[in-house]
Amino acid sequence: MKPQLSPSGKRLPDVSVDLEAIESGTSLWQDAWHRLRKNHLALASFWILIFMVLFCFLGPLLSPYDYRSNNLEKTLLNPTAGHWFGTDDLGRDQLTRVMVGGRVSLGVGIIATTVSLLIGVTYGATAAYVGGKVDAVMMRLVDVLYALPFTIFVILLMTIFERSIVLLFVVIGAVEWLTMARIVRGQVLSLKQQEFVEAAVSLGYSTRRIIFRHIIPNVIGVVIVYATLTVPAVMLLESFLSFLGLGVQPPMPSWGSLIKLGADNIQLYPHLLIIPALFFSLTLFSLNFLGDGLRDALDPKSSKD
Amino acid sequence: MFKFIARRLVQAAFVIFVIITVTFFMVRFAPGDPFSAERKMPEHIKERLMAHYGLDQPVLVQYGNYLKQLARGDLGPSFTETRSVNQILAASFPVSLELGGWALLIALGIGMPIGIVAAVFRNTLADYVPMSLAMIGICLPTFVLGPILALVFGVWLGWLNVSGWFVPSDRILPALTIGLVYAAVIARITRGGMLEILSQDFIRTAIAKGVPFWRVIVFHTLKGGLLPVISFLGPALAGIISGSFVVETIFQIPGMGREFVSSAFDRDYTLVLGTVILYALLITAANLLVDIVQVVLNPRLRFEES
Amino acid sequence: MKAWIGTISGLAGSIIALGLVLLQSGCGQGIPDADTAAAEGILLFGNGAEPKTLDPQRATGVTENRIISALVEGLIAYHPTDDNLPEPGVAESWEASEDASVWTFRLREDARWSNGDPVTAEDFVYSYERMLNPGFPGEYAQMLYVIENAEAYNAGRVTDFAEVGVEALEERILRIRLVGPTPYFLNMLKHYSWFPVHPATIEAHGGPFDMSGAWTLPENFVGNGAFVLEDWQPNQYVLLTRSDTYWDRERTRLSGVYFFPVEDSNTEKRMFDSGLLHLTSTVPTNDIPRLKQERPDIMNIDDYLGTYFYRLNVTQEPLDNPLVRKALAFAIDREAIVERVALGDQKPAHAFVPEGFMNYPSPERLGYDPEQAQALLAEAGYPGGEGFPELYLLFNTSEGHRKIAEAIVSMWNDTLGISMQLENKEWKVYLDAQSHLDYDVARAGWIGDYMDPITFLGMFTTGNGNNDTGWSNERYDFLINAARRSESEAEHFALLHEAEEILMKELPVVPLYWYTRIYLKDPRVRGWSPKLLDNHPMKYLYLDDRADAAGN
Repeated sequence: MKPQLSPSGKRLPDVSVDLEAIESGTSLWQDAWHRLRKNHLALASFWILIFMVLFCFLGPLLSPYDYRSNNLEKTLLNPTAGHWFGTDDLGRDQLTRVMVGGRVSLGVGIIATTVSLLIGVTYGATAAYVGGKVDAVMMRLVDVLYALPFTIFVILLMTIFERSIVLLFVVIGAVEWLTMARIVRGQVLSLKQQEFVEAAVSLGYSTRRIIFRHIIPNVIGVVIVYATLTVPAVMLLESFLSFLGLGVQPPMPSWGSLIKLGADNIQLYPHLLIIPALFFSLTLFSLNFLGDGLRDALDPKSSKD
Repeated sequence: MFKFIARRLVQAAFVIFVIITVTFFMVRFAPGDPFSAERKMPEHIKERLMAHYGLDQPVLVQYGNYLKQLARGDLGPSFTETRSVNQILAASFPVSLELGGWALLIALGIGMPIGIVAAVFRNTLADYVPMSLAMIGICLPTFVLGPILALVFGVWLGWLNVSGWFVPSDRILPALTIGLVYAAVIARITRGGMLEILSQDFIRTAIAKGVPFWRVIVFHTLKGGLLPVISFLGPALAGIISGSFVVETIFQIPGMGREFVSSAFDRDYTLVLGTVILYALLITAANLLVDIVQVVLNPRLRFEES
Repeated sequence: MKAWIGTISGLAGSIIALGLVLLQSGCGQGIPDADTAAAEGILLFGNGAEPKTLDPQRATGVTENRIISALVEGLIAYHPTDDNLPEPGVAESWEASEDASVWTFRLREDARWSNGDPVTAEDFVYSYERMLNPGFPGEYAQMLYVIENAEAYNAGRVTDFAEVGVEALEERILRIRLVGPTPYFLNMLKHYSWFPVHPATIEAHGGPFDMSGAWTLPENFVGNGAFVLEDWQPNQYVLLTRSDTYWDRERTRLSGVYFFPVEDSNTEKRMFDSGLLHLTSTVPTNDIPRLKQERPDIMNIDDYLGTYFYRLNVTQEPLDNPLVRKALAFAIDREAIVERVALGDQKPAHAFVPEGFMNYPSPERLGYDPEQAQALLAEAGYPGGEGFPELYLLFNTSEGHRKIAEAIVSMWNDTLGISMQLENKEWKVYLDAQSHLDYDVARAGWIGDYMDPITFLGMFTTGNGNNDTGWSNERYDFLINAARRSESEAEHFALLHEAEEILMKELPVVPLYWYTRIYLKDPRVRGWSPKLLDNHPMKYLYLDDRADAAGN
């Protein structure tokens, strides 16, 4: 996932033995991959996600329709042979729009979640591990950021920066790390008094090394769970930000905006909601089960099984 | 413990001061003003309005005036409503608090048991089925779930009102809308936290020693397993009880969530600040509470005195 | 070890206890449903948004107008069926000087405030003085500028109100001298900016310049209309009940009206469907076609005095070129927009001023002509769109605007070979960009205030605060000014017609369609007529409760 997670985070009750040798043994990733392959649900989820990425990024190239060309003669069609998913209120092919919308949503989901993970985990772990005044200052800063009015914040950003999709990803990541930081901090606080950390400290390892090599791998379970919760949150946040005028502009769709349109037309044209919602949910289900599988596979403690 | 809380309260006061200051300048630098409208009012009328609300003065002077006013407990007049900010918050916060209270009850009441059962019976049907349902809850944003509930229970079945905040049964649909979404999140976090603890040595030891399984779960696992839930609940609590713009709009509820968002859209400076201050108080209190609970749950943590 | 269990169960217990306490305190009485309300003569009205104020002299919106015009009555009232006609309000009769510049109104003897006080000519003088006082920020003070010296007084150049052309000749005779002939004065008078306020009430609650609005609260409000303010629960409802002091109270049939501030059109639709409303303020766009077909008994579409248009920023290339603007105007298939996108039977706008003004000839100019549009663009130096810069169409966030903008940009790009992009912005950012001419093309709408075309054409004079296009034309300015002073209606309309011809030749604005009002109405609501200004005086409405009277 990220380089700092790769070295072994196994608990080392007997630290006086050759630590470096153990660390360079079978890598965590090899173990993890081995275990993951045995988890059918996770593996299936993995392939569904691969399919979803191909579907969204290559699909539009195969579609006879353009996601933005209107056909006012054919608005709000139910699914037909010509339009498998029907058409939207401007007569655009819904299948093509779901595929193109997936690009934005998957992009936001992956990039913004990664950004929020990077910031949140590092920040939370550092605050908890260092503790004391540093912790207090860092966490009070989080408190401040929590309470700032998000809408105003976005409106301000919107006027400072011009329309940019990269900015959108960064903004989302930058507001979604706060809860992650708090969760990680809570976990690390309880980890740092455990024997293996004390052992690492007594060996004279640097703080940085202890955080990245010994602490973070042990909070990975909670982090993955929360990350799978962050993905839907950022995907939906994207549609809200686009609504405010930051980020993707129509006619570019996203799953969030397609679902919003569907929710507004739920009574008469339910397929407008159901189809994008299915893709959205299928992706999140897969991410979730893959996340659980990864969690199990990466769990330093499960190697004993 | 007392020293810890005292120190945190001092810090909280400082945090809130910073929030007020940053927000004050942020809203003023946002484009537009409270009085811009599609049909523009004449320049001199607008100047009069600005002067009346003291908006014609330098921003720093306005800031000073605002702090003075705030020190008297006066949040000022709203620029867009007939009521003062104090009155608006006094009327809308209890509504959001009540709605949030019910939603929280639903979220914890459904989410935690599901998460615990799923973790204990990991990788069985008792895990997959409820957790899949929880995933559906996460995939359904409130702006989808709300209309569906209103349509089914209000329009089709006719059991409940589709909107309003008048009779006790009006609480059900909006509380469910918020509660179910949070329940799903809490279930997942609970399960994750429980699994973390279940795989630890002292649990294995306890089981190996022949401690009954349920005792292991209740007395040894829950405590640690719920830590992440507690961490999550801090900010979530503030979010839940300060109202939800989407749900309050869908169900016509006179709560704080609408004021929170629409004041930002209206550039109603004083109302933005009023809602933010209240929210800041809530979130600071919630986070402090969570930090205390965390220590209570985990005796190895000490209230750090350094 | 057990302490933490105590903590958790204590926490859970207190949450439950809190919930129970709240449920007890939350009990309130319900609002009647549509059937009960119909039986009791109470109208349930979806009113779009929360009123910002109920002070007629500070109000600016449609939402406020609906409530205020039921609470307060001006000299001239809205006619029950035709907005072109005057209906006696507080004034029972009136006469104008030959050139329509001095008007004398006789107030009816039985006109009463809701506290029993008679409505006098002095009350009107007090009200107009308040409205025009430099210390009072009445946003619609401009409406009163037709009165002699009103503008000077409002700007502080004249300090003695006696010099302003409003005078109480007797207790019940009011004379208004205007700056010049104003044949359409009676139509202006229907607007709420001309409504009276009760002086004693204003003075008792902070005086004329008090901004807190204390006097408009239910416990203080004194009006002279057919209804009185019974209750106002912000973000929940405003409740009016029949006034027993109103001079025409015999005619008032409704016993009460609830106004619900429902902003979400889907929520409003669900409320209507489940019997919580008699009238809605709008209908979700994509539901319109099917409702028209299946529920003609509840679906209503009325003409409405408003224009949906796009502003073009004429201060920068390439939109400074009238040929380009014309090309854009002719490349829009307005029929398709109305029939396939807007869906609400709006009228494709072939000019700026909507149809419906008695005797006003509309210029016949705009149509859909893709070949001509392409030719015009080529003539402007961009054959097939070549070399045409990338422009942005600015609109404020809303599903309706989004849909139309997407359709139009697609028409422009396909027909003209240009590449226009969409840019949606949050409301105030959009307003800011528009008034600073920081846009290329911007979506806009304008609703008429009163029945005269000048309410539409007056805003495009040079430097007018609502022009916002950078466009300026001397002849146009001259014509509008002359029209404001013209003595006869024929002359007035001829001048305005020529002005509109210029506007439609120069095209700093591209009209798209004329609005309609689209709403759901319970068949039991009676006494309701389609109105161009969407004014439906509450005193004429009633609810017919008999099932067979539903008439469908």
